[in-house]
Amino acid sequence: MLMSTNADIENRTVTTWRRHREARDVRIEAGSRLARGKIVEARDATRLMEAVVRPGDRVCLEGDNQKQADLLSRALLAVDLAKVNDLHMVQSGVVLPEHLDLFDRGVAKKLDYAYSGPQSARIARMLFGGKIELGAVHTYLELFARYFIDLTPHVALIAAVSADREGNLYTGPNTEDTPTVVEATAFKDGVVIAQVNEIVDKVPRVDIPADRVHFIVKSDKPFFVEPLFTRDPAAITEGQILTAMLAIKGIYAPYGVQRLNHGIGFSTAAIELLLPTYGEKLGLKGKVASHFALNPHPALIPAIESGWVQQIHSFGSEVGMDDYIRARSDIYFTGPDGSLRSNRAFCQTAGLYACDMFIGSTLQIDLQGNSSTVTTSRIAGFGGAPNMGADARGRRHPSEPWLKAGAEADPESPPALRRGRKLVVQIGETFGDKNVPLFVEKLDALELAEKLNLELAPIMIYGDDVTHIVTEEGVANLLLCRNASEREQAIRGVAGYTEVGRGRDRNVVERLRQRGVIRRPEDLGINPLDADRSMLAARSIKDLVRWSGGLYAPPSKFRNW
Amino acid sequence: MEDLRFQHNVSARAGGTRRTAIVGVVASGNLEVLVERVLPDAECQLEIKTAAVGFGEVWEAVIADFVERHRPGGLRLSINDGGARPDTVSLRLAQAVRLIEEDEQ
Repeated sequence: MLMSTNADIENRTVTTWRRHREARDVRIEAGSRLARGKIVEARDATRLMEAVVRPGDRVCLEGDNQKQADLLSRALLAVDLAKVNDLHMVQSGVVLPEHLDLFDRGVAKKLDYAYSGPQSARIARMLFGGKIELGAVHTYLELFARYFIDLTPHVALIAAVSADREGNLYTGPNTEDTPTVVEATAFKDGVVIAQVNEIVDKVPRVDIPADRVHFIVKSDKPFFVEPLFTRDPAAITEGQILTAMLAIKGIYAPYGVQRLNHGIGFSTAAIELLLPTYGEKLGLKGKVASHFALNPHPALIPAIESGWVQQIHSFGSEVGMDDYIRARSDIYFTGPDGSLRSNRAFCQTAGLYACDMFIGSTLQIDLQGNSSTVTTSRIAGFGGAPNMGADARGRRHPSEPWLKAGAEADPESPPALRRGRKLVVQIGETFGDKNVPLFVEKLDALELAEKLNLELAPIMIYGDDVTHIVTEEGVANLLLCRNASEREQAIRGVAGYTEVGRGRDRNVVERLRQRGVIRRPEDLGINPLDADRSMLAARSIKDLVRWSGGLYAPPSKFRNW
Repeated sequence: MEDLRFQHNVSARAGGTRRTAIVGVVASGNLEVLVERVLPDAECQLEIKTAAVGFGEVWEAVIADFVERHRPGGLRLSINDGGARPDTVSLRLAQAVRLIEEDEQ
């Protein structure tokens, strides 16, 4: 309809279109009574919360993967429950104990989140106990998307390294989620409160412009950052080296994978450390592993120093890598101040659309290839893996690995109409810690969904997205499987001595091997006895420091010298 | 602790001339394998002392594959296991045979 009638116009009920802005202004005014300019003393932080936050608000308490608004979370936890209660927390990471204390105390009631790493056991207990009303467990991108549609925060509590007096923020190398959270909050009439380590005359670079920041609280100690991506080469096993060799020769080489994302486990750390040695011997330098969506993994230093890597965009930073990154701006994204600029939303998008492969480990894989990191007593959430480990249905640009994988999955369709496929590789040893099998008939995630009455089981990567499984027993190429039973036997065929593996049909598995669906070490010309720690480009954290020319400064828990 | 014993008939004698070899270490998640050339050419014996109880079926499967793949005729293998994973066991057994098949220096 192009024209309204007079009757429609008279029936309009809305009289003002600025209610949200007016409400926001009232909150800011109440908070301003505690502030000098935008600056609020740390001792007044809880009073600031009581002035600005309303019962039932959606609150984003910045809990990133690494950077935590710890002072603001303690301040929120201490509020007078008569003034602030029943909050709906919408945050990517539930990482600090205080994040869950909020629910124990009744400050918060409902939770939508993406990742809960260190709190995974407690969050499971609280969900079972009914302490938390769960919205959903999201992927990062999915939660960020909802910030702009139906989970827009009323208040964002964020963390930055420094602020100037106007409120311009410098986030430092761990920019992570901050720009996304601030964008959604500040431009939809929300209030943004930042905790900063220091207040300076001029910030090194402006990561968040001042007109998006309403209050600043100076913390008495730096915000909490955890080294999540440091894997000590000394702990890499021969089994992990063998699986890494199989992945390099059996997947990286034949597909020519240049653009990729690595998971954070030991198997992919082994791959990173084998590139300059084993990869070099195979003549793969310049042909694979040159462009990454990846945090600054210390294990990648030898490959960078050997000239393998051209470019890395990062979700966040890593403790101890700052000086190295500064000195390698050809590789990393850095600001005019020289330090890393990370951005979780952009890097997730890059991993989804611009990478041809995700390779990472998981805790459980079932007979359909579904994988999950949920066990009955732990709900770790998803973080980024489901976006990294999924085909982007909106992708339209061709590349060699993507087209080759698409052709393997669907050899019949005319090439110009055939979708490519992202390589989604699950890598791991058939048995994990304490001899727990990687392969199972039924995922614990299903049991959890039944117990909690969830509509969806928390599956990290769906079986139909997985293209390859690599274990010490070989590589299974699921793209070449033509039906569910072939797929099941291909998975059993690399499941080693687990019950699932011992339950294989030996004849079918042998036929799959002849077709190249399963490739054993000997089929790839790899002798398992060659899998030796001497092949690693660095065999200790100290070796990594040496490779970096002394620029990498490992946190003390990784130092034994 | 659990003691397991396996006896296999083997079609070929293990190569090389060495009389004994030892690989691995007794540690949590690891194992030590002592291999001795003391049996008739068509026999292979394995004696296992393991810290993990109740994995007999897995041992049986690991050892059947080992015998089929490496034909360790004439060898007695004594294993001291600290709860190693099956893939580690396979690797150590293969390493032990490789070592005894090397010619004596």
